[in-house]
Amino acid sequence: MPADRRTHRSHVSYIDKSRNYYGAQGYPQAYQWSYNHDVPFTPLTKPLNECRIGLVTTSFFERKVDKNAVAGSATKEPYAARCDDALGGLYNKDLFWDKDTTHTDDLDTYLPINRLRELAQQGRIGSLAERFYGVPTDYSHRRTSRRDAPQILEFAQEDELDAVILVPL
Amino acid sequence: MSLVARHLEEAGLPTVVMGSARDIVEECGVSRFVYTDFPLGNPVGKPDDVEMQMTITGMALDLLERAWEPRTTVQTPFVWDADSNDDWREHFMKVDDTNREALAAAGDQRRAAQADAKAEGRNRG
Repeated sequence: MPADRRTHRSHVSYIDKSRNYYGAQGYPQAYQWSYNHDVPFTPLTKPLNECRIGLVTTSFFERKVDKNAVAGSATKEPYAARCDDALGGLYNKDLFWDKDTTHTDDLDTYLPINRLRELAQQGRIGSLAERFYGVPTDYSHRRTSRRDAPQILEFAQEDELDAVILVPL
Repeated sequence: MSLVARHLEEAGLPTVVMGSARDIVEECGVSRFVYTDFPLGNPVGKPDDVEMQMTITGMALDLLERAWEPRTTVQTPFVWDADSNDDWREHFMKVDDTNREALAAAGDQRRAAQADAKAEGRNRG
């Protein structure tokens, strides 16, 4: 692509967009996004080809959702499920993503279970865990930090994971 | 989701986030982030493009191995639409004179529906 000049950043600011969009819908109070100055960091201490890797999605687990349920009514509790049971796809119609431009019919576009299994076969990683975890997006920082995050850590410890890939939709 | 990644890191578990909402993830602050400049929905690559998905997933693994400090963001080389890559950006959650009234009306309608649902819940006890 040729060089370009612009007056605005090219990548989308979803913080700006959502504030304007909900403001236009008459919601005067803007959502307070999480902001942190300090960031924790844990180095990987084992070779990757000896690591068991886990996956976390923001999608709902299809089977937990009542198909006749009203949008937004599905339970937002964190869950663990078998990767094999996700291969037919997960439920994410309630989530915030660009439904006009793309689709989520291909699981590996938002939860790379098949790709990681292939990488395990190639010896790039030790293995993909049998289970994956879900944290359906909940706009409560309190519930995410105090309920969801400790639950995901517990799942990861039960499955003896060495590293975790998190994929928000 | 970024809050979950931070919690795992604090507990001693290395993480990497793969995503397309760059500002949301970076404001929250995570250790490792593989950013793909795509419409929200396919942070691991385009539908049915196995090679792209493999490359992006591979970049997440590279980052797990090689990042030496937090807030390490790597942007993948992919472009959603080489001919008109601003179209999807402008279309998503657009607010302008063509839809301002419709958005205000939709908001009123939604609040009314929520108020009804709440009242119904109260009546049911």
